[in-house]
Amino acid sequence: MTTIALPHPTRRLTPAPPAGDLLDTPKFPKSVKRYLGNSQLRANLRHATGTIRAKRVRVVSELPNWEQLRQAGEAIKNRTARHLDSYLEQLEANLVANGAQVHWASNAREANRIVVELVKAKGVSEVVKVKSMVTQEIELNEALEAAGIAAWETDLAELIVQLGHDRPSHILVPAIHRNRSEVREIFLQEMKLYGRAAPKDLTDNPPDLAGAARAHLREKFMRAKVGISGANFAVADNGTLVVVESEGNGRMCLTLPETLISVVGIEKTVPTLEDLEVFLQLLPRSSTGERMNPYTSMWTGVTPGDGPQEVHVVLVDNGRTKVLADPIGRQALRCIRCSACMNICPVYERVGGHAYGSVYPGPIGAILTPQLRGTASAIDQSLPFASSLCGACADVCPVRIPIPELLVHMRHRVVDERKRKHIGLERAIMKVGGWIMSRGSRFGAVEELAGRARGILRKDRLGPMPWPGSAWTNARDLPLPPAQSFRAWWKSGHTDNPFTANRSGEGAQP
Amino acid sequence: MSKSEILARIRNSLVDVTQDDPVLDVPVDWSYGQATAVAEPVQLFIDRVIDYKATVVRAADWAEVPGLVAEVLAQAGATSLVAPAGIEPAWLAQAEAAGIELERDDPPLSHQRLNDISAVITAAAVGMAETGTIALDHRADQGRRELSLVPDMHVCVIGTDQIVTDVPQAMARLAPSLRQHQPVTWISGPSATSDIELSRVEGVHGPRTLHVIVVG
Repeated sequence: MTTIALPHPTRRLTPAPPAGDLLDTPKFPKSVKRYLGNSQLRANLRHATGTIRAKRVRVVSELPNWEQLRQAGEAIKNRTARHLDSYLEQLEANLVANGAQVHWASNAREANRIVVELVKAKGVSEVVKVKSMVTQEIELNEALEAAGIAAWETDLAELIVQLGHDRPSHILVPAIHRNRSEVREIFLQEMKLYGRAAPKDLTDNPPDLAGAARAHLREKFMRAKVGISGANFAVADNGTLVVVESEGNGRMCLTLPETLISVVGIEKTVPTLEDLEVFLQLLPRSSTGERMNPYTSMWTGVTPGDGPQEVHVVLVDNGRTKVLADPIGRQALRCIRCSACMNICPVYERVGGHAYGSVYPGPIGAILTPQLRGTASAIDQSLPFASSLCGACADVCPVRIPIPELLVHMRHRVVDERKRKHIGLERAIMKVGGWIMSRGSRFGAVEELAGRARGILRKDRLGPMPWPGSAWTNARDLPLPPAQSFRAWWKSGHTDNPFTANRSGEGAQP
Repeated sequence: MSKSEILARIRNSLVDVTQDDPVLDVPVDWSYGQATAVAEPVQLFIDRVIDYKATVVRAADWAEVPGLVAEVLAQAGATSLVAPAGIEPAWLAQAEAAGIELERDDPPLSHQRLNDISAVITAAAVGMAETGTIALDHRADQGRRELSLVPDMHVCVIGTDQIVTDVPQAMARLAPSLRQHQPVTWISGPSATSDIELSRVEGVHGPRTLHVIVVG
């Protein structure tokens, strides 16, 4: 018997994420199909979003000045965005004055190159990471992996995602799509490949699972020479960075290593230390629905004798200045990544985060992603339409981003871009429609014709139709126009009510 | 150079902004540093800290602290204790007499040594009633950040005069420390996670138990 030698895949340092590029996600209506059919996922999402929503409402209603806080948050962020250049220069000067080294990265590639070079210069082959959206956005972990450096995620949910060869599906609870028995399986199979194994008798009880993560990560924290973080806020007038977290993994990464590299999106800037009192009330109540998150760390460059003695801050643009150029669209830059909009979104609750093809899912993702990445891909063109425009997201947003308004704005942009490129069927129909509606006599004639359809078809609504009508009727019925139009009824002397007349007419049919 | 490129892009994006003064351009309707309406801040602070599954003991005055420290550690089964260099020595006397192995973080202990010690004791900078939050500004009586992080139990001593109503008053009290470049840590209960099916687990990487001694 002969054995066939299989090509040995290049040995990875960390678990491989799923194959494929997020940008290749099919357009939203197509991508959701896979998730809508997953009843386990839908049950998890319903439970999770429902629970967080209830907690949020409870703690938000405790504060009598919640609306003033939101308005202050909105104004502070607007002030920052509209003078971002001077605040960033102030931030840099204060960071440098306090012993930090500041680097500027105009895109993901540059940010990754800077971080990889900094880590390489320390001669280490692994780093520990605090959960950070921007490092996911720039896909830093893969850049480090390619450079022979293992990046370990230390947030429990991020660890579940990383060990599960998976992608996050929510910005706050990234493993929201996994249940406890799946987590147990992942820990049992994968932990032993990358460090301290999970105990063989591990149960699926959440405290036991958290205990396994604590033991697995503790040895990594103890030996780590380089930590990588993001920042929730960067205070311009003092050079202070802030990280808000729950588990203490953030504090470990921010304190134990000798070198700390913080990757910060330029929109994270706030003008003054005092402004933090607004955001440190808005953020925890909006995101986890707690009065306060367990741990908040604030540090200003290097503190002699306390924590990392080499501190780097990488300020990242990666599309943010493009968003800033649109006076309406720039409102999305106020986002403080709380996730309240996704927890309340009826669309997100049913499809989960993976369908959005972006590290930023849900309503904020639908307006932010196509602005950051542009609208060249199928998924980015479809994201502004991934909403029923119900408006719940705008009501809960702690910095009052008018998300529905921005969704419509982005739809407009996508449609305009399409128009410039080709005349589609939709546009042709719209042109004909416009011609008909531009004169009353034309419109009246069409109404009368349409009204006769009811008599011919002998029903009041159209069910499933063949293509191309199916594009509409697969998801909803098409009501037929009334037998008599308003226009005709008015001309006939309008003595009776055509609507009740219609109803009784229908009722008379067998 | 990316810095000049990014700043140029920002300036090009903001051609619609004509007012150079940010404060005049976007007014912020908020008065900073205000107390909020809380009738009994100390009692609320205690209730809210207990809400986070931390334990709270009340000392009538500072003379009671040494006894309570020894009691809390004994009840929790701690065998060793680390203290920052600047802590009030009297607080530790009874615990040490009761046989608890005491280490000073002076010179600074290694990560591994701290990991082997069962408890840490610190003072505090500010307490926030509304949110049940303790803020450390890591001065000599609280020690460097690592100290109150690695051991599995944290005993924190706070005076009632350090307790303010809410976040705005706390920020006002902490701003001078931050402007002197002290790091600041806010602690609201023991470390916790809700990452698995949103079921809350107290105790992940930071101290799994938090004992607060409120004095006065």
